[in-house]
Amino acid sequence: MPAVEQVQLTSPGTRRVDLKTKLLTAFVVITNVLGNFSMSWGMKHQTTDLGWAPYEYIRLIFTPWVLLGTALLILWLLSRMTLLGWADLSYVLPMTSIGYVLSAVLGKVFFGEQVTWQRWLGTAFIVLGIIFVGLTAANTTKQEPAR
Amino acid sequence: MKWMMVGIIVGSTVLADLLQSFEMKRHTVAVEDLRPGRVAGLLASFARRLPLVVAVFFMAISFFAFMKLLSVADLSFSVPVTAASVALETVFARWILKEKVTALRWAGALSVACGVALLAM
Repeated sequence: MPAVEQVQLTSPGTRRVDLKTKLLTAFVVITNVLGNFSMSWGMKHQTTDLGWAPYEYIRLIFTPWVLLGTALLILWLLSRMTLLGWADLSYVLPMTSIGYVLSAVLGKVFFGEQVTWQRWLGTAFIVLGIIFVGLTAANTTKQEPAR
Repeated sequence: MKWMMVGIIVGSTVLADLLQSFEMKRHTVAVEDLRPGRVAGLLASFARRLPLVVAVFFMAISFFAFMKLLSVADLSFSVPVTAASVALETVFARWILKEKVTALRWAGALSVACGVALLAM
């Protein structure tokens, strides 16, 4: 789809959010959640304590799980930048917040982290917020056609 | 240590997101540019845009602070608590980026912020 058409679909005033914006939003969430999970897995299984020396962090980046996490987070970065061109920042932030919920679930399932009732209530608030924002237009500012 | 890392992450994330949103709205990306064969070109075009380079710098600060946070705190704490930036960024999106933040969107952002606060407890 040409960028100009993309602009028309998400022009100010319309409540329609096109399928490609929804799919890209889902991709942003998935790469973020899996990237954070992979990073966390790698950090939990590293044997030495991290200090402040930069080389320790650089060495960690090249361990398998952290490397996978980093690759996923690079994909997340690129897709999110693209999404920010298609939709408002104030739309993208709450809509991608489902990632926080999924991260909490992964933390409980794979790491046995404690998820208290406050955290589940927090999850409910986040989902409610996403529903609210999902009912608004994705883009309320004018855009220039791509390149 | 834990809360200092959270502060660094939130501050640098807010700056990075504002810069990215500002620049990406000036020149949007076409869907065709997201094909696997064009990703390298897309990356190169991003690297030539100063606001995006500065944004990535702030994201790098946030990234390393996040790594440090993960080493001293649970994932189920680390990820949610850094979402404190949502409410702050919504305010800046309204004032600086001139986005139309409706009552429903404010309600959504505040609900997410409350959720994040509860998750961080």
